[in-house]
Amino acid sequence: MTSSARSTSHWLLHYGLLAFYVAFALFPLYWLLKVSVTPNDLLYSEGIRLWPSRSSLAHYTFVLAHSDFPLFFKNSVIVSGSTAVLVTLIAALSGYAMSRFDFRGKMWLVGLMLITQMFPLVMLVAPIFKLFSPLGLTNSLTGLVIVYTAFNVPFATFLMQSFFDGIPKDLEEAAMIDGASRFRAFRQIILPLTLPGVAATLGFVFTAAWSELLFALMLVSKADASTFPVGLLGFVSKFSVDFGQMMAAGVLALIPACLFFLLIQRYLVQGLTAGAVKG
Amino acid sequence: MSTMPLYEEAAPRRPAPLRRLALGLEPYLYIAPSVILIATIMLVPLIVGLSYAFRDMQLINPFSGGFIGLEHFRALWTDAAFWLSMKNTLVWTFASVALQFAFGLVLALLLNSPFPGRGIVQALVFLPWAVPTFLSGLNWAWLFNPVVGPLPHWMAALGILPAPENILSDPSVAIWGPIIANVWWGIPFFAITLLAALQSIPQDIYEAASIDGAGAWRRFTDITLPFLAPTIAIAVLLRTVWIANFADLIIVMTNGGPADQTQIVSSYIFTQAFRRLDFGYASAIAMVLLVLLLAYSFVIILLRQSLLRR
Amino acid sequence: MASIDIQGVRKSYGTVPVLHNVDLSIQDGEFVVLVGPSGCGKSTLLRMVAGLEGITSGAIRIGERVVNELAPKDRDIAMVFQSYALYPHMTVRDNMNYSLRLRRTPAERMAHVVSAAASKLGLDTFLDRKPRTLSGGQRQRVAMGRSIVRQPQAFLFDEPLSNLDARLREQMRVEIKKLHRDLGTTSIYVTHDQVEAMTLADRIVAMNGGVVQQVGTPLDLYERPTNLFVAGFIGSPAINIINAVLRHDGEQRLIALESGERIPAPPRVGGHDGQAVKVGIRPEDVQISAQAEGDFAGHVELVEPMGLGTIVHLGTAHHALKAFVVERVNYPVGTNIAYRLPASKLHIFDAKTGQRLPE
Ligand SMILES: Nc1ncnc2c1ncn2[C@@H]1O[C@H](COP(=O)(O)OP(=O)(O)OP(=O)(O)O)[C@@H](O)[C@H]1O
Ligand SMILES: [Mg+2]
Repeated sequence: MTSSARSTSHWLLHYGLLAFYVAFALFPLYWLLKVSVTPNDLLYSEGIRLWPSRSSLAHYTFVLAHSDFPLFFKNSVIVSGSTAVLVTLIAALSGYAMSRFDFRGKMWLVGLMLITQMFPLVMLVAPIFKLFSPLGLTNSLTGLVIVYTAFNVPFATFLMQSFFDGIPKDLEEAAMIDGASRFRAFRQIILPLTLPGVAATLGFVFTAAWSELLFALMLVSKADASTFPVGLLGFVSKFSVDFGQMMAAGVLALIPACLFFLLIQRYLVQGLTAGAVKG
Repeated sequence: MSTMPLYEEAAPRRPAPLRRLALGLEPYLYIAPSVILIATIMLVPLIVGLSYAFRDMQLINPFSGGFIGLEHFRALWTDAAFWLSMKNTLVWTFASVALQFAFGLVLALLLNSPFPGRGIVQALVFLPWAVPTFLSGLNWAWLFNPVVGPLPHWMAALGILPAPENILSDPSVAIWGPIIANVWWGIPFFAITLLAALQSIPQDIYEAASIDGAGAWRRFTDITLPFLAPTIAIAVLLRTVWIANFADLIIVMTNGGPADQTQIVSSYIFTQAFRRLDFGYASAIAMVLLVLLLAYSFVIILLRQSLLRR
Repeated sequence: MASIDIQGVRKSYGTVPVLHNVDLSIQDGEFVVLVGPSGCGKSTLLRMVAGLEGITSGAIRIGERVVNELAPKDRDIAMVFQSYALYPHMTVRDNMNYSLRLRRTPAERMAHVVSAAASKLGLDTFLDRKPRTLSGGQRQRVAMGRSIVRQPQAFLFDEPLSNLDARLREQMRVEIKKLHRDLGTTSIYVTHDQVEAMTLADRIVAMNGGVVQQVGTPLDLYERPTNLFVAGFIGSPAINIINAVLRHDGEQRLIALESGERIPAPPRVGGHDGQAVKVGIRPEDVQISAQAEGDFAGHVELVEPMGLGTIVHLGTAHHALKAFVVERVNYPVGTNIAYRLPASKLHIFDAKTGQRLPE
C-alpha cells in the first residue's frame, strides 16, 4: 500500500467518525425542530417521517402570542444572566486565591467545595425553603439567583483557578513592584488576560442556570416568578400535553443557551489547556 | 548613622502587627464571598437536611418531626426498592461514565489534530451540553416512542430489537434509555476536558518518540495516556459523583419505572421526598449516598496521588 | 537612591530552610551581583528585598527604613524579571508608564519621562506596539525602560539577560553598565554568567546552599577566593585543583603533591606539617613549555583553541591539568610538555573544611 493511499484512507476514517459524531449530536435536536413545525393533526399519523408533508409555524405563534412563555423567557434571562455574572465575579476572586495564595485552611476549602458536589441537591429543598420563606425569598427571582449562585460557585472556582494557573505570577509581581496593590494588579493586569476564562465561566454558568428545574419548581409557585423550564413543564398539565407547542417552546429556549455556548466553547478548551496538566 | 542602633532595637522585634495581619488576611478576603455563600446556602441546609434522617419528617403529617434515632436506617436495610436502586445506580453510573469517557476520548483525539472545518465541527459536537437536561430527557423519550420517534424502527431494522417497541417500557432494558440520553448529553464534558489536556502535551515529545521509532499506537500508549492520566482521574471522579446524583433524565424519561427498574438512589430520594412527602426517609437515603460517594472519592484521590508520585 | 542593608536574614519554606543568616550591606549607588549555582537562593533573596517573599527572620532596610512589613508597592524599588513580565495587553508606552499612572503623575511629565527613557533605549519607534510583536532584545529593553522611568531607590535584576543570544547579551551588558554609570542607582543583579558578574559588579556576592560564601570586588574573588567553592565557581576555564600535603622541612615549607612531587609553598602560608590540603591554580598561571623547561613532565591530551588563546589539557602521572596560554599553540596529542606551578600563584585550601589557609 502506498503511503498516499494510506493517508487517504486515514482521512476517510477521520471524517467518517466525525460525521458520525456530528449526526449523533444533531439528530435529536433536528427531531425537536421537526416536531415543533409539525401541525397537530399530523403529529401521530406522520410521527416517524423525517419531515412532515405539511409544516407550519402555528405552534410558535401560539407560544409567543397566547402563552406566558415570553414572561418565563424574560424571567429566565434575568435569573440566568444575573447568576452568571455573580458567579463569575465571586469565583474569579476565590479562584484567584486558590491559584496564588497558600493559606491555612486551603485544603478545607477544597474539601468543602468537593463535598458540595457529592449529594443530591434534592436534600436541600426543604431546608432552603424553610430558610427562605421568612426572608421573602420564595416566589422571587432573587431567591433563585442566590440559590443558583451558591450551587455554581464551587465548580466555577475550580474552572477559574485553572485559568489563573495559566497566567505567569511574574505579571502581577511586576505590577505590585510598579506600585499597584495586589487587588489592583488583579483587576488591571490579571483579569484582562483571563477574559477567555471569564467568558467560558459566564457561558457555563448561564447554561447551567438556564436549565435548572428542581429549585425553580420548588421555590416558586406563582407564574410571574417562574422560569422557562417550569413553564415548559406547564404545557404538560395545562394543555393536556400539547407536544407541538412544548417542542416549539423548547426550541425557542434552546436558542439563547446554544448561542451562548457556541460563543464560549472555544475559550473553554483554550483556557483549560493551561491548567489541565497541573490539576 | 547615629540613628542606626535605634532601628536595630526596633525593627526585627516589633513588626507592625496590623500590616502583618492585613497581609495574612488577604487570601481570606478573596475567598470570603464564596465561603459565606456556600456555607449558608449549601452547608447549613445540608446539615439540617442530614438531621432529618434521624427525625420523623412527614410533610402531610403535622404531628411529625420527633427524633426517632436510627429508625429510618433500619427501614432502609430491609427496603427492597432501595437495594434495587443501589444496583441500578451502579449500572447507570458505570455505563454512563464508561461510555461518555470512551466516546469523549475518541472525539478529543479526532479534534486534536487540525483539519479544515475543525472549528465548526467542534462547535456542533459540543452543542448537546447546552441543551437543558430535562428537555433532552423529554426529547429522547419522544425519540424512543415508536409512534412518534424513529429509533425503535431503526433498531428493529438492525435486529437490535425484535419488534419496534418502546425500550422505556420494557423492564429488562429500560435503563438503557436514560443512559443513551445521558451519554449523548455528557460526551462534550469529557471531550472538552481531554482535548484541553491533549493540547497541553508538548509536541516535541511526540517528535522525539517518532525519532526513537515509536509507531502511532506506541505513541498513544506511551505518551498520550500517561500524560492524560491525571486529568482522566480527576474528570472521572467528578463525573462519577455527579452522574450518581443526576436524576433529571430518569425522572423525566421513566420516573423510575417500569417496576422500579430504572430507579436510581437519587431518583428514589426524589420520589420519597416529593411523591411520598417523607423527607426524613429521603434524607436517610441521601446520607448513605453521601457517605458512599465520599468513600469512593477518597479512594480515587489516593489512587491519583500515587499515580502522580510515580 | 538608597543603601540596602540585609541583616541576619533567614528564609524557610515550611520547615525547609533556603537562606541561612544572610548579612549584606550595599552602599548607595553600588552595583552588587549575586552569583551561585542554581537553587542556592539568589532569587529568593532578591524577591525578599522586593517584598515578593516574606522574611522568616532578620531585617531588610532600604535607606533608613526597615521594609520587612512593607508591601512591594511601598518599597519604591524597580525590578527586571528574567521573563520580562511585560503586560501583554498594554502597548510599550503603557507598559512603561503604568507605574507613573499608578502614582498619578501629570500627563505631560509622564510623556516626557517615557520618551526620554525610550530614546535612551532606542525604543522610540515601538512605543505603540504590543510586547508580543517585539523581539526578545526589544522586550528586554522595554523591561529596562519600565524600571528606569520611575527613578526608584534601587534596581533589582533577576537574570535579565539569560534569554538573549550571546551577542545581544554582550550588548545589553554594556548598556546596563552605562545606565548604571549615568543614573548611579543602587542595583542588585542576579546572574549565572561569569562575565556579567565580573564586568558589571562593584562587588560580587558568591552564594552556595543559602549561605553567603564571599563578598568582595570581582578581582578579590578571583585572586583571593576564601574557599574551594568560590575558587571553583569564579573563573572560566575553571581553576585546577590538586590534592596535596603540607610539609615543613626545617625552615622550608613545601607542598607534596599526590604524585609525590614537591614544590615550594607560597610565602607566608599557614597550616601545619602533614596537613592535607587542596592546591588550586588557575589555568593561565600554569606555565608550560614544549622545550622541557619546567619542573614536571606531562603530555598533551587535548588542545582547545579559543581564538583569544588556547586551552591545553595535560595528562600527568596523577592528575589532569588545564593550562591557558595566549599563544596559538597546536601541539599534537601526546606531545611531551614540561610545566611549572609558580609558588606565588598557588591557592591553598584545607582539604577537610575547604577554607583558604590563613596567612
Ligand atoms: N515557593 C517555594 N516553596 C518551596 N521551596 C521553594 C519555593 N521557592 C523556592 N524554593 C526553593 O528555594 C531554593 C532557592 O530557590 P531560588 O529560586 O532562590 O534559587 P536560585 O538561586 O534563584 O536558582 P536559579 O539560579 O535556578 O534561579 C530552591 O531550592 C527552591 O527549590
Ligand atoms: Mg532564580
